[in-house]
Amino acid sequence: MTEDRTNPSEPRRGLQRRRPRPTAGLSARPRPAAEPAPARAPHDPDDPEAGFADQTEATVRPWDVEASPSPEDRPKRRRRTVAELLADVPEDSVIVARRLTKQYGDFTAVDRLDLTIRRGEVFGLLGPNGAGKTTTVLMLLGLTEPTRGVVRVLGLDPTREPLAVKRQVGYLPDNVGFYGGLTGRENLRYTARLNGIPRRRADDRIDELLAEVRLGDAADKKAETYSRGMRQRLGIADALVKSPSVLILDEPTIAIDPAGVEELLALLRRLVAEHSLTVLLSSHILGQVQSLCDRVGFFSAGRLVAAGPLDELMGGAEAIVELEVAVAGPAEGIDRVALSVPGVTSVVPDPHLDHIRIVTASHDVAAPLATALADAHLPLTHLRRRGTDLMELYRRYVPEGIDGRPH
Amino acid sequence: MAAPTETTGSPASPARKSRADSRRSERAPSGGWRTIAAKELADHISSWRFIVLLFVIALLSVLPMYFSASDVQAQAVAASGNPLAFLALFTHGSASFGSVPMITLVTLLVPLVGISFGFDGINSERSQGTLSRLLAQPVHRDDVVNGKFAAGIFVIAIMILSLVVLVTAIGILRLGIIPQAEDLARVLVWAIATVLYASFWLAFALLLSTIIRSAATAALVGFGSWLAITMVGGFVLPAIASFLFPIDTTASIGAQFGAATAQNLLLRVSPAQLYTDILQAIMDPRTNAIMISNLGQATSSQQQIPTLLSLDQSVLLVWPQFVALVALTVLLFAIAYVMFLRQEVRA
Repeated sequence: MTEDRTNPSEPRRGLQRRRPRPTAGLSARPRPAAEPAPARAPHDPDDPEAGFADQTEATVRPWDVEASPSPEDRPKRRRRTVAELLADVPEDSVIVARRLTKQYGDFTAVDRLDLTIRRGEVFGLLGPNGAGKTTTVLMLLGLTEPTRGVVRVLGLDPTREPLAVKRQVGYLPDNVGFYGGLTGRENLRYTARLNGIPRRRADDRIDELLAEVRLGDAADKKAETYSRGMRQRLGIADALVKSPSVLILDEPTIAIDPAGVEELLALLRRLVAEHSLTVLLSSHILGQVQSLCDRVGFFSAGRLVAAGPLDELMGGAEAIVELEVAVAGPAEGIDRVALSVPGVTSVVPDPHLDHIRIVTASHDVAAPLATALADAHLPLTHLRRRGTDLMELYRRYVPEGIDGRPH
Repeated sequence: MAAPTETTGSPASPARKSRADSRRSERAPSGGWRTIAAKELADHISSWRFIVLLFVIALLSVLPMYFSASDVQAQAVAASGNPLAFLALFTHGSASFGSVPMITLVTLLVPLVGISFGFDGINSERSQGTLSRLLAQPVHRDDVVNGKFAAGIFVIAIMILSLVVLVTAIGILRLGIIPQAEDLARVLVWAIATVLYASFWLAFALLLSTIIRSAATAALVGFGSWLAITMVGGFVLPAIASFLFPIDTTASIGAQFGAATAQNLLLRVSPAQLYTDILQAIMDPRTNAIMISNLGQATSSQQQIPTLLSLDQSVLLVWPQFVALVALTVLLFAIAYVMFLRQEVRA
């Protein structure tokens, strides 16, 4: 891993797409984003395995922090200092993780995470349950100590200065809870007191926030009477009580009905714009947060397998188009017809649904394909373009599948 | 809305500046534990748990006192000026009330109070989902345990003191005995010892609430231990002690005293025994020895003309018990504290 460090002044992209570990199932599916992917990592251009060859050496431990930058004559493989790891961090980055690793015994919850979130960005951390999203969030807040690696939030180390970080970071935990015996307002007041906000200023701010999350009427009811969606909204107000500059939301849309999710997202969108917040949110429901995020990162089994702006991650889909096709009649009929359409490069059966064929083409061939199938007396029953929502991206980047099951 | 704090994310030089900022703000009195303690205290006092316990304890201390008051009254003329007259309100068990004195009932119930205010301290925060929210606020992690312990001690102290005031007031009204300063001081020391004993159980319950995820299980384990120590401990520990250190009557008197001392020390691993010792010395000024460990002490205590000890002498007599009780409480609290600090925020 020292190769990519030879020119530390070279600006690195905030996030790189990590190559997923090669798996057997991978070759079965065409991976259109691979070649022109704009979010491609600038390092290891020649040796794709370089990133994995010697990671065990490239560890940074807390006691390395004070180590002086090593002279040139040091062996090539050595632990990098914090300064080296952070050499390429952009000036306006708010959340930085480098080689961040958390292990519980033998289990690696987060594996060498590199993450950079700049001021004003809304970053979506996506992945199945148990992929390491919450662990990452806890490390960012200093609630869990990293095993290795570096974290900086607003330039501070959350492990060493947790209070300074917590003073400026609003956090909505996974499954947020409130003191049932207290009213919504009293719960927020407690948070304000813990943040040392003077009583009068806190009350004004709480009134404002409660109105903003539309809990003005329920503010003086006991929190135990709140519905799930109300609790979630109160949680957002709670995270904003301290006037944070960074907001971390862990599964904000979990267990809320679709209408509630829409409302919550609209609320978040408004709040983010109004308060010029930097937001990190995690979710395992991809479509829900899609519209909110400037950039997204895919988490799988503790690793960030891909990250970048949504349209860039989807950029690969511009060049290569995948169409799901089904007809009334034998699916084999599709193969012959589709291959005769100009631009179509391959037709393969869907691994799960026998009657569906996946047509890969160099451009969108939906219209000529439909015409050709109609001419061949194969009425179209299903035609869908893949690669246009996060679920497809998910399939592309997380080969082992959601929850570790294959797709 | 206040604008977000202007901070810089660059890790190099501005980080140093913000680190200095944060150090300054960490020096500023955060008082996190006080905020937490205040909230916990408010929760306790408005809880049903507090009201019911206060009612039960008040009833169980006023009832025996009410009956013993008539006994004391009958002898009041003879006992006039005797400091025992006032203390007898606490220590005398009337025959019409099963000869159970008030302090015995309180001794029995105090652990219950301690456990009640601690068994769900940490685990309820966890199961409610408020722990991660609480710890995401700028408070130290130990503020949570400290605040909860402080609030527990405070609420117990309120309970015990109101009890003392109640009994004293009823005693004065019914008996017309104005307690002397020495009496009041003894009752006060008893109250402090009782709060200390309850704190031991509070620390124990907080430890349980840290280790055991379910509040109901923690409560069961807590109350089970209370029964075991106060009830069974009274029979089992002496049996173990006499089994381990049998007193051989054919041996030399020195050896017999050695075995007796060993038995006595073993009994005193039980906080209940320590508290009982303190009660005995503080509430009965006639007590002039707790543990007799050699022949000299035995003969001197017999030869002494029965006199009343002054309070400082009584306190001196059970000072080791005080220290041991504090030490046990601190030990349990320290274990709970360390366990909580080492625990992951989520399971």
